[in-house]
Amino acid sequence: MNDQGNITINGNAFSFEPGETILAVAGRNHIDIPTLCHLKGASPTGNCRICVVKIEKEKDLMPSCATLAEAGMVVHTESSEVVKARRLIIQLMLSTGNHNCAIRGTSSDDWTRFQMSVQAYDDSSELCPVWGDCRLQDLAYRYQVEPKRFSDAGTPYPMETVNPFIVRDFSRCIKCGRCVQACNDIQVNNAIQFGYTGSNSKIIAADDKALKDSDCVFCGECVQVCPVGALVEKDVRYRVRQWETEKVRTTCSYCGVGCQLYLHVKDNQVVKVSGVEEVAPNFGSLCVKGRFGYDFIHSPERLTAPMVKENGTFREATWDEALDTVARRFNEIKETSGSDSLGVLTSARVTNEENYIANKFARAVLKTNNIDHCARL
Amino acid sequence: MTNTISDIEKADVILVTGSNTTENHPVLSSFIKRAVTFRGAKLIVADPRFIQIAKFAHHWLRQKLGTDVAWINGMMNVIINENLYDHAFVEKRTEGFEELKEIVEKYTPGYVEEITGIPRADLTDAARMYAGARAGSICYCMGITQHTSGTDNVKSLANLAMLCGHMGVEGGGVNPLRGQNNVQGACDMGGLPNVFSGYQPVTDLAVVKKMEDAWGVSGIPSQPGLTVTKMIPKAHDGEFKGLYIIGENPLVSDPDLNHAKKSLANLDFLVVQDIFMTETAQLADVVLPAKCFAEKEGTFTNSERRVQRVRKAVDAPGQVMDDWKITAEIATRMGFAMSYGDSREIMEELAAVTPSYAGIDYDRIDLEGLHWPCPAKDHPGTPILHREQFTRGKGLFHAIDYTEPAENIDTEYPLFLTTGRLLYHYHTGTMTMKSEGLNERAPSCFVEISSHDAQTYDLEDGSMVKVESRRGDIHAAIKISEKAVAGTVFIPFHFAQAAANKLTNAALDPVSGIPEYKVCAVRISKAA
Repeated sequence: MNDQGNITINGNAFSFEPGETILAVAGRNHIDIPTLCHLKGASPTGNCRICVVKIEKEKDLMPSCATLAEAGMVVHTESSEVVKARRLIIQLMLSTGNHNCAIRGTSSDDWTRFQMSVQAYDDSSELCPVWGDCRLQDLAYRYQVEPKRFSDAGTPYPMETVNPFIVRDFSRCIKCGRCVQACNDIQVNNAIQFGYTGSNSKIIAADDKALKDSDCVFCGECVQVCPVGALVEKDVRYRVRQWETEKVRTTCSYCGVGCQLYLHVKDNQVVKVSGVEEVAPNFGSLCVKGRFGYDFIHSPERLTAPMVKENGTFREATWDEALDTVARRFNEIKETSGSDSLGVLTSARVTNEENYIANKFARAVLKTNNIDHCARL
Repeated sequence: MTNTISDIEKADVILVTGSNTTENHPVLSSFIKRAVTFRGAKLIVADPRFIQIAKFAHHWLRQKLGTDVAWINGMMNVIINENLYDHAFVEKRTEGFEELKEIVEKYTPGYVEEITGIPRADLTDAARMYAGARAGSICYCMGITQHTSGTDNVKSLANLAMLCGHMGVEGGGVNPLRGQNNVQGACDMGGLPNVFSGYQPVTDLAVVKKMEDAWGVSGIPSQPGLTVTKMIPKAHDGEFKGLYIIGENPLVSDPDLNHAKKSLANLDFLVVQDIFMTETAQLADVVLPAKCFAEKEGTFTNSERRVQRVRKAVDAPGQVMDDWKITAEIATRMGFAMSYGDSREIMEELAAVTPSYAGIDYDRIDLEGLHWPCPAKDHPGTPILHREQFTRGKGLFHAIDYTEPAENIDTEYPLFLTTGRLLYHYHTGTMTMKSEGLNERAPSCFVEISSHDAQTYDLEDGSMVKVESRRGDIHAAIKISEKAVAGTVFIPFHFAQAAANKLTNAALDPVSGIPEYKVCAVRISKAA
C-alpha cells in the first residue's frame, strides 16, 4: 500500500476507491460511525449530521456520509470534539419530540407531566411504540444523552391514522428525511416530500393530504427505514414489541420477483413482515401485498381438516378416509378409462419440491403426462 | 428472464410491453424507475393503457389490442432499413436473418400505423432509441403472452433483441416477468405436459428411461400430455374423468368461466388441495387441506431463475399437511411407495435427475439463491443466459406475420375488453382478500373506461353497468380513468362475484395453449 493513496482513520491507514465516502471506507473496515439519515442506495443528504467526523486541518466537523475520502486525509471518528457534537445533536432531537423512552434520569414530576402530554397525543400510556427498536434511543444510550428539558409534544400536527396500514406520528419525527429518500430515490413512488419550513416543517404527501388520498401505494418502504417511532405499521403499533418476536427469513409468496422477507413471529402468529436488506433480488424493498397482505395465513377460513362430499355437501373426514378415497377412485378410473383420462394441475404457488413430487406422481403413478399448472392463466 | 432483476438498472434503454409493472411487479418496477430517474436510461412503454410506468417513459406507444407483432415488426423494419442493427451479432450468433428481413419489409411505419394506431414518427423514434442502446432490456408480461398470437409476440421480441445484439449482455435480454411466486419453479419441475423437470422432453426415450430407472417404474408414456386448456374441454366432453388440482383456482382464473364450471362439474372425480375452500374446491369430491408458504420448508424459483429458500415460521392450523406429503400419501395408497423425511431429501433427489439444478442444495442457497442452470456443486450459477451461444447454438430468427386477434369489435359488441390485476390484489384474491386493509384499498370490481367512452354511453363515475360478451355478463361499477383510452375498457379479474373471466375468450394460442385474456369484444349498458 502506498501512503499517497491512503486515508488514515483513527490512526490506521486504509486504501479506498475513487468516489468512496469516509463513511463507506470506515464501514468496510468495521469502524462504526453512527448514522441516522444515511440510506444505502440513495444519495447522501448530510441532513442529520450525526455522522460528523474530525478531519485534521479542517476547521469544521464534516459529515462522513457526504465527504469523499482523499489521499493523505487524517480522520478521527470518536474524538472528544466529535462526541460533543453528536451529543448535542441527539439532545436536540430528544428534546423536540415525544421521545418517551425513559432514557431520562430527571425528576419524576417532570417525567409524569411529559408522559401525560404524550398520552394525550397518541392515546397510549405505554412507552414509545418502538422502544428497543429505535436508532435514536440506541444513540442516546451510546452517548449517554439526556434531554435538557422535556418537550410538550413539539408538533402542531395530529397523528394520521386514517389509512389501514401506516400510522404517521409527527410527534416522534426527527425529520431525518430517510422516508422521503426511500419513497423518491429507492421505490420512486414520489409520494412524500419535505413541506413547510422551520419548526413547522413536516413530511407531507401531495399538498399535505392523508396518505390514502395521495400517490402513496403503501409499499411501506418508509416504515422500514424510519429510524424512530414516527412511522409504524398500524397492526404492530403498541401490539407487538420487537423483543417478543422471532424473525424467520423466507421468500415472498405473491409475484415472481421472489422478494426476500422476514416473517416476524409472536406466539405462533405472523405479526409483521419486513424486507431483508442488502440481499438480492429486492434489497429490503417490498410492495403492499408482501408487507401487509399476510392476514390470510391465520385466517379463520383456512381449511383445517380433509373434507369429502356426500350427497352434494361436504363433511369432515379423517386423513385416512380422504386419502384412501382419492387413491381408490384414481385407481378405478385408471383401470376402467385408462391413465390418460386422469390429470394433475400442479401449482405455481407451491414449492419446487412439491411440484417435483406432483410431476413424479402424474408420470410414475398415474402414468400420464397430463400435468400442467396455471402459468397460462 | 434471460437476465437478472438487478441487471435492469444496467440497461441504457428499457422496453416495457404488456406489463403493468408498477402494479404487478412493484419491486421490480423500482429498478426500471431508478434506471430512468437516476441513471439516464431511456424508457419505451408499449401498452394499450396509460399505466403508471408510462409516466416515466420517453415514448409511450399505444397499440391497438392484439397488434403486437405488427409494431415489433415495424421497429425491425426501421432498424434494418436504417442499418442500425448489430451486424456482427447477426452474422456470428444468428440464422434466418434474410427471411426476417423479407417479412418485415412490408411493415413500414405507415403500414404499422394503420394496423396498430401508433403514429409512424413515434415508432421510428422508439426503434432508433432501442437499436442505439449499448444494452437494451426488454421486459414483458401477460399482455404479450395472453393472446392467440402470444407465442408469435414473444418470438418477435426475441427477434428484436437478437437483431440489435442485446442478448447475452449485462443490462440486455428478453425478460418475461413471472406473475406468480413459483411459476418458474412449476415449469422447471416438470409441471408441464411435454417435459420432465429441467425441460427434459418426455418424447426423448433416453430421458424416459433415465426417469424410469431413477423412480423404479416402467411404462411412463413418451407422448406429451394435455395442457390445462385442453383438459377442460375434454372434461366437458366426458373424455377426461379425474383431476387432481393442487393450489389453483381455475374457476376464477380460467377463460369463459361458465364453460369451465360445467366442465369441472362433469368430471367423475375431482380432488382439490388448497389452503382455502376456493370456488374450485367447492366443486370437488374430496378437499385436502394444505400448508401455506409460512408453514413449510422448501424452495421457490423466481423470475430471474434464482432458486431461493422458503422456511417454516409458524405451525400449520388443524390437521393441515405439506403438499408433498399429501401427494406422497396418495401415491403410497395407490400402490407406489413414496416417502421422504423432509423437503431437503426431495431436493437431493430432484437435483440428481435435473441437470440444470444438479449443483443446487439447501446449504449453498442458505443466504443467497443461485440462478439455474447450475450443473455442478462448484458451478456459480448462471445470472445471464446466452452469453456465448444460445441453447440451440445459433439464435434463430422467426419470420412472423401479423394475425388479427380471435375476436374483433363489431356493431353488436363495439368495445374492446382487456383484463389484468390491481396493485392491491393477487390473482383470484383467495389470499389478499383476507386482508381488510387491501380490501379497503380495492374493495370491488370495476370497469375502467375513458372519459370519452363514458360520455358516449352516458355513464357516470361509480354507476353500475352490465358488461356483456358473447359468453356471459357481469355487473360492476364504472371507473372513469386517465389510464383508459377510448374504445377499450379494462376489468380486473380478481373478483369472483363479478368475474371478468365470464366475459373473456377461451380462444388459445396454438402453441402455448394460453387463452386470449387480453382481447375480446364487449358491450356495455346501464344496469337495470
